[in-house]
Amino acid sequence: MAEEAKNSSGGSAAVVADGHGVETASVGTAVLSSDAVQNPGLPPHRKRVTDLDPKKEKNAERGVYGLFYLSIVGSLGAVLAYMFFPIESGDASEIRLHTIFVGSGMALALLAIGIGAVHWGKALMYDGESIDLRHPVASDEPTREASAEVFKVADQESGFSRRTLVRNSLFGALIAFPLPGITLLRGLAPQDIDPVEVLRHTMWDKGIRLARDNGGHKVGEAIRAADVTIGSVFHVVPENLGQAKDVLNEKAKAVVLLIRLDEKDLKETPEKESWSYNGIVAYSKVCTHVGCPVALNEQHTHHLLCPCHQSQFDVSDEAKVVFGPAKRPLPQLPITVDDEGYLIAQSDFNEPVGPSYWERLK
Amino acid sequence: MSHVTESPAKSGSSRFTSAAATYIDDRTKIGVAVKEFGRKVFPDHWSFLLGEVALYSFVVILLSGTFLTLFFQATMIETVYDGPYVPMKGIEMSGAMASTIDISFSVRGGLLMRQVHHWAALLFVASIGLHMLRIFFTGAFRKPRELNWIIGFVLFVLAMAEGFTGYSLPDDVLSGNGLRIIDGIIKAIPIIGTWLSFLFFGGEFPGTDIVGRLYMLHIMVLPAMVILFVALHLMFVVIHKHTQYPGPGKTQQNVVGYPVLPVYAAKAGGFFFIVFGVIMLISTFFSINAVWMYGPYDPSPVSAGTQPDWYIGFADGMLRLIPPGWETEWFGYTWSWNMLVPVIIMVGFLVLVAIYPFIEAWVTGDKREHHILDRPRNAPTRTAIGAAGVTFYAVMWGAASSDLMATHFQLSIEGVIHALQALLIVGPIVAYFMTKRICLALQKKDRSIALHGYESGRIVRLPGGEYVEVHKPVSDYERWELVSYHDYAPLMLRPNDDGRIPFSKRLRAGFSRWFFEDRIVPPTQGELEQGHNEGH
Repeated sequence: MAEEAKNSSGGSAAVVADGHGVETASVGTAVLSSDAVQNPGLPPHRKRVTDLDPKKEKNAERGVYGLFYLSIVGSLGAVLAYMFFPIESGDASEIRLHTIFVGSGMALALLAIGIGAVHWGKALMYDGESIDLRHPVASDEPTREASAEVFKVADQESGFSRRTLVRNSLFGALIAFPLPGITLLRGLAPQDIDPVEVLRHTMWDKGIRLARDNGGHKVGEAIRAADVTIGSVFHVVPENLGQAKDVLNEKAKAVVLLIRLDEKDLKETPEKESWSYNGIVAYSKVCTHVGCPVALNEQHTHHLLCPCHQSQFDVSDEAKVVFGPAKRPLPQLPITVDDEGYLIAQSDFNEPVGPSYWERLK
Repeated sequence: MSHVTESPAKSGSSRFTSAAATYIDDRTKIGVAVKEFGRKVFPDHWSFLLGEVALYSFVVILLSGTFLTLFFQATMIETVYDGPYVPMKGIEMSGAMASTIDISFSVRGGLLMRQVHHWAALLFVASIGLHMLRIFFTGAFRKPRELNWIIGFVLFVLAMAEGFTGYSLPDDVLSGNGLRIIDGIIKAIPIIGTWLSFLFFGGEFPGTDIVGRLYMLHIMVLPAMVILFVALHLMFVVIHKHTQYPGPGKTQQNVVGYPVLPVYAAKAGGFFFIVFGVIMLISTFFSINAVWMYGPYDPSPVSAGTQPDWYIGFADGMLRLIPPGWETEWFGYTWSWNMLVPVIIMVGFLVLVAIYPFIEAWVTGDKREHHILDRPRNAPTRTAIGAAGVTFYAVMWGAASSDLMATHFQLSIEGVIHALQALLIVGPIVAYFMTKRICLALQKKDRSIALHGYESGRIVRLPGGEYVEVHKPVSDYERWELVSYHDYAPLMLRPNDDGRIPFSKRLRAGFSRWFFEDRIVPPTQGELEQGHNEGH
C-alpha cells in the first residue's frame, strides 16, 4: 500500500522514487509510493502503411505535390478573380462574386499548402519518436553562486545596501517619476468645461418645440398635439438641434420618447400633473442604467424596454422601473402646447438624464 | 536519432544549401541555435494545437489588419457619404464609418479582408480560451509554469481589449452603443467616474475624439503588448520544454515526440496555412459585422437583440443579471451598485483565474517540477472547480443573449433572466458536484481496469456452478496510462515548535481536505500482482 512519506507540513525535501523519477524538492502533501507501478518504457515503433507498401508511399508523394500544385492554381485563380470580377459599380451581387472568387482562390492556396505539408510530415517523413532529456529549469548551483557573487560585488562597489539614504531616495524618485506622465493625460479631458454642469443640462428649454427625429443629424417637422393619436409613439428631438455645436452630443442627452395614453391609464403625482398634455407624456429616451436608448415600446402594457440590458419602464406610472438592472425612472420632460397647437417643452428636464454618476445629485 | 544515410556524392542543390548555410553562419553564428533547437523535440497531441491556433490567427489578424489600416480613416469628422452603396447615399456619418463602408463596397477584396480580420479575431479569443482550459484541466500551470500562466492570462485580457477597441472603430450603431455602455460603466465609478469618462471621450459622450484614441490603442499600444507577451510566452515554452501527457516511456525527465526539423516544421508550418485557409474560407462565405445594415452611430435608434462580440458577452450579461434597484444615494452622491457589483464580480472571477496556480501550489505544498500532465479525472477537485468556473462564465455569457433566448424560444424576458439568476448561483455548485462524482467514478473504473482488465462480455460457468465474466488483461503500456498519477493526502495538522497551530495552517488543512479527502489512490505493483493471482 501507499506509504505516507512526507506529510507533516510539507517541509523538508525527500528523495524517493515514485515512478516519475527521483525527486529532490519538497513534495508537500504528495503521497510517494514505494511500491508504485514501474514505467514500461516506450512501446515498440509501429510502421505506417507508407513504410510497408511502396505503392502507398508513391500515392502519398503524389498527393503532396499534387496539393502544392493545386495551391499555385488557387493563388493564380485569386489574382485572376481580382482582375476579372471588379466591383466598380458597387452592386451587391458584384461584391459577392468578387469576395467569393478571390476568397475561394486564397483559401484554396492556403489550405492546399497546409494540408500538403502536414500530409508530407505525417505520411512520408520518418515518424519514429525521439527523446529529449529535460534538465531542471533552475540554473545549476555553481551558476547560481556565481550570479549571487556578481550581485554581491555590485552591491559592495555601489554601496547599494550601505548607503540606505541614497537607495531609498532612489526608490522614492522611481515611484514618483511616472506621475507627470499620468498628469499629462489630463489634457485629454476638456479644460474649460465642468462635467457636472454639462451633464445636468440638455437643449430642452421653455418654449422649444418637439420635433420628429429623422435619424442622425436630421430634424423633422415639429409635432402638433392634434396629430398624436392614442397609443402612438414619436421619437423626438429639440427643434433647434441642428444649431448645436456637437449635434450628436446634444442628441445623446436630448432624445425623448413621446407617447399618448388614455388619460384614465395615466397615474400622475400631483406635482407632475401639469407636465403632460391631454394624456401625452414625454420621457427621456436614455436609459438610467448605462445610457442605451430605450426604444422598444410594448403597447398593451405601456412598458418601455431597453434592448441592451432589459430594463423595463412603465410609461403609465411615471416611467418607473418594473424590471431589470436600472434603478431610477426615466426623467420626464414637462410639455405643453403653444398657441399654434405645437407641442413645446415647459423647461429642461428637472434632473440629469442618462446613466448614474457620482455627482448626479449636485 | 539519425537514420537517414548520407548519399555519397553531393548533389547540386545540397552544395548550394551548404554554401548558403556557411555564408549565414559566418555572419550570425546561427549554427549554435540550429544545433540547439533544430532537433528539439515536441510532444504530439491534438490539444497542443489550441495554442498554435491562437498564435496563427494572431498572425492573420496582423496581416489583414495591416491591409485595413491602408484604407481606414480613423476620424470622426462628419462627412456625407457619396459612394456606390445606394441606401447610405447622402447620409451624414463620421469619416470612420464612411471609410468602413468604402472598404466594404469600393475596395477590391476589402470586404473579404474586413471579414478575415473579424473572423480571425473571434478565433483568436476563442482559441486562447480553449487553450487556457486545456492548460487548466491538465494541470500544465504547475511549477515551473506558473509565470507563463500569468503571461497567458495577460494575453487573454489583451485579446479582449483588442477585440473591444476594434469593434468600436467603425462608428456604427452597434459599436456606438457598446461605447455608450462603457461610458455608463465608467461614470458609475465612485468619485472619479465622471471625470474619467470626460477624459476618455474628450468631453461628453460620444464626442469627436474617441475613434482616434481607440485606433491608437488598437493598432499600436495593444498589438505591441500582445507581441511582447507572445514572445515571452514562447520563450518560456522553450525554456521549460513542452509538457506531455502521461504514457509509456514518458517521464518527468524526458520529452517524447518529434523533432522541430523536419517533422514539426512541416506539421506546425502546414497547420498555420490550414488555420489561415479555414479563416479565409469562413470569411469568403459568411458575412460578419455588416455595418452598412446598422447605419452610422446615432444616439437615438437601437435594435432589439443588440449583441456584443461573444468574448465581451460575459461582461454584458452580468450587467443584465443584477436585480432592479441596486443604486443608493448616500451623502449626496450616487453609488451605482448595479454597475459596480457586476464589475467586481467579473474582475474577481478573472483574478481567481489568474492566481489559481498559486492557490493550488499553496494547498499541495508541492515544490517539485511537473512536466507530466494530469488527466483531468486524476485531479477531481481541480477539474470540478474548473467545471464550476466554466458554468459561472457560461451563465454570464448566456445572459448577454437573454432577449434572443426569450424571442427564439417564446419565453418571457423576465422568466429567462430569473432562471439565469438562479443558475448563476446554483449552476456552478451542481457542476462542481457532478464533475467530481464523474471524475471519481472514472478513476474507479480505471483502477478496476488496471487491476482486473477489460470486461470481455464472455460469461463462463465454472465446474462448481459459479458464473464469472472473463476479464481481458490490459497490456503494460495501456496500464501505465491508468496508474501513473500523483496522489495527494490531506494535510495533517501538527503544532509548530511553539506548540500552536497557526490559523494559516488550519486554513491550508481545510483546503487540502476539500481537495483530497475523497481521493482514489493509484494501484500499486503489489495490488497488481494480487489482481493477477485472482485470475480474472
